Amino acid sequence: MAASIKLFARRILRDFSRNVYVSASGVSTGSTHCRAAQSCRCLSHEAGDRSTHFGFETVLEEEKAKKVYQVFENVAQKYDVMNDAMSLGIHRLWKDVLLHAMNPQPGARLLDVAGGTGDIAFRFLEYIKSQEEKMRRREARAMQTPSWQEISTKYSEEQGAEPQESRAVVCDINKEMLKVGKQKGDSMGITSGLSWVVGDAEELPFGDDEFDIYTIAFGIRNVTHIEQALQEAQRVLKPGGRFMCLEFSKVSNPILSKIYDTYSFQVIPVLGEVIAGDWKSYQYLVESIRRFPDQGDFQTMIEDAGFYCVNYHNLTGGIVALHSGFKL
Amino acid sequence: MFPCHKLPQTTCLLPLSAGPCSKGPHRSSSSDFSQTTHDALYPGHIPTTLLQKSLLAVGSGVTALQNPYRHDMVAVLGETTGHLALVQLRESMRNDPEGFSILMERPRIRLSTLDLNKMSLMPDGSFGREYLCFLDDNHVTPDSRADVKFVDDEELAYVMQRYREVHDFLHTLLGMPTNMLGEVAVKIFEAANTGLPMCVLGAVLGPLRLKTSHLQTLFKTLGPWALQNGRKARCVLNVFYERRWEQNVEELREELNIDPPPVTVAKRSTHRAAEH
Repeated sequence: MAASIKLFARRILRDFSRNVYVSASGVSTGSTHCRAAQSCRCLSHEAGDRSTHFGFETVLEEEKAKKVYQVFENVAQKYDVMNDAMSLGIHRLWKDVLLHAMNPQPGARLLDVAGGTGDIAFRFLEYIKSQEEKMRRREARAMQTPSWQEISTKYSEEQGAEPQESRAVVCDINKEMLKVGKQKGDSMGITSGLSWVVGDAEELPFGDDEFDIYTIAFGIRNVTHIEQALQEAQRVLKPGGRFMCLEFSKVSNPILSKIYDTYSFQVIPVLGEVIAGDWKSYQYLVESIRRFPDQGDFQTMIEDAGFYCVNYHNLTGGIVALHSGFKL
Repeated sequence: MFPCHKLPQTTCLLPLSAGPCSKGPHRSSSSDFSQTTHDALYPGHIPTTLLQKSLLAVGSGVTALQNPYRHDMVAVLGETTGHLALVQLRESMRNDPEGFSILMERPRIRLSTLDLNKMSLMPDGSFGREYLCFLDDNHVTPDSRADVKFVDDEELAYVMQRYREVHDFLHTLLGMPTNMLGEVAVKIFEAANTGLPMCVLGAVLGPLRLKTSHLQTLFKTLGPWALQNGRKARCVLNVFYERRWEQNVEELREELNIDPPPVTVAKRSTHRAAEH
C-alpha cells in the first residue's frame, strides 16, 4: 500500500516539474518532464515490438531515431551542397516562401525545430532586419522637417528605448547538423539573437507558451512519433502563436509525379554517392518522403493536435507543401 | 525500372547486429544500412539500374578528374564501366589453374590476414619483404581499398575487389612508387593487362597531371615499357600472391614475363609533395 502511494506521488511530482533550459552557448540536454501524453508512450514501450517505417524498410521504433541520427550525422557536412544539387537551388525559393508567409515582425520569437544548418533562422533574422530598416526609413521620411519638440523627444527615445529583440532558437536532435549551422552563422557574422539548442522534437527542452512562431522545415517526416511533435509544438507556442511546416508531400498531377519519382529514385541517390559519398542516406531520404502522409492527412493530424485555421499551400506542384496552423 | 522502391517482402524485426546480410566487416560510414538491404547479393552491394549506372559513371568520372584524391569516385567509375572487362577477366581466371583456385578460395588482402612479422623475417629480395618495404616507404596500408558496391554479380564483384587489392602487389613487382608518375605507369600496365576501362582512362588522363620532366620519362621509357609488359605478361589476377611471399622478386617477374623497370623512379619524399 505504502509502495503504491509512493509511486503515485512520484508520478504526480514528475508531471508537475518542468525543466526549462535555453542556452546561448548552444548545448543543452533534453528536459525530464513527463506529460500525460507521454504516459501513453511509456505503456506502449513495454510491448517492445512496435515497429515503424524507415524509408521502405520496417524497423523497431527505438531503432528509427538512432538510424535517422546516423543518416544526418553522415550527411551534415555536405547537407547544404546536396540540397542545392538535388533541388537545383529551388529549396531556397521554398524557404523564402515560408518566410514571406510567416511575415515576422520585429520582436518575434522563433523556434526552428530540426533546424540543423540554420537556413530558416538565418532568413528569419535577415527578414526582421530588413523590416526594421523599412520601419526606420519610413520614420525618417515622416520626420523630414521636425520641430524642436520632435527632435528632443527623438533624442530621449534613443537613450532609453529598448525595443524587444527578436530571437531565433535553432533546435535539432543532431549535434553534427548544429555544428555545421553554428559554423555557418559564425562565418556570416550573425552573433546576436540566435541560439543553438540540442533537443528532441518529441520532447522539447522549453517551457510552455514561449514562442510566437514554431517552424519545422523538412524535418517532421524524420520524427518517429509525429503526433508527439505536433503536441509539443502546441505546448511551446504562445496563444496566438503560429505553427508552420514545410515538408515534401504528394504530387497529384500524374505526369509530374512520374517525372518526380524517376528523378527521386534514379538521380538523387547517384548525387548522394558522387557528391557526399553516401548512397544509402539519400536512398532513405527519398523513401521517407513516400512514407509521409499526404497534404489532407497531415492537415487532419495538425488539427487533432489542437491547432486552428489549419490550411496548406502546395509549392512546385505539390512536391512541397506549406502547412500552417494557429494556437488560440 | 525501379528496383529500389518496391516495398520489402519481409519485415525486419531483428536488431541491426543480427541482420541477415551481415557476413563480413564493413568499412563505409553507412555500413549499418547494408545489413538490412534485401536485394543485396553480397555485403555492401547496392543494386542499380542501367540509368543509375550511367549517371554514376559520368558523375564519378567528372568528380575523379576534378579531385583525384576522391579514391571512392575512381572506384565507382571502375565498377560502373568494367562489366565486360570483368567478365573476360573471370573467364581468364577460370581457365587458369592458379586463377581458378583464387576464385574458389576467395583470399582477401588485409592487415588482419597478413602476417607482417613473418614477412619481415624473410630474406632480402623476396616478394614478401619487398612488399613490406613498399608499404613502409610509401606509407600505405592494404586496408584502404573501398568495398565494391555497384557490380551486380557476386563473383564479378570479387574479381573487382581482387583487382583492387592486387594493385599494391603490382607496384612492388614493377618497382613503382605511389607518386603520380609511378601510379600512371602502373595504370598503363593494368590497362594493357586487364582491359578495365577505368585503367585506360587513368592511363590516358593521368599524364595530364604530370610535370614536364616526368612526362618526358613517361613517353620515352616508362610508358612503352609498361605497355609492352602489360600486354605480354601473364594476367596479374591469376597469381596467388599470398602463397609466394618467399619467392624471389626477380624470379617472380620472370615467371610472369615482366621485364625489370628501365629507370628507377624516386620514391615519394617530403619535398616532392606537390607532384602536380
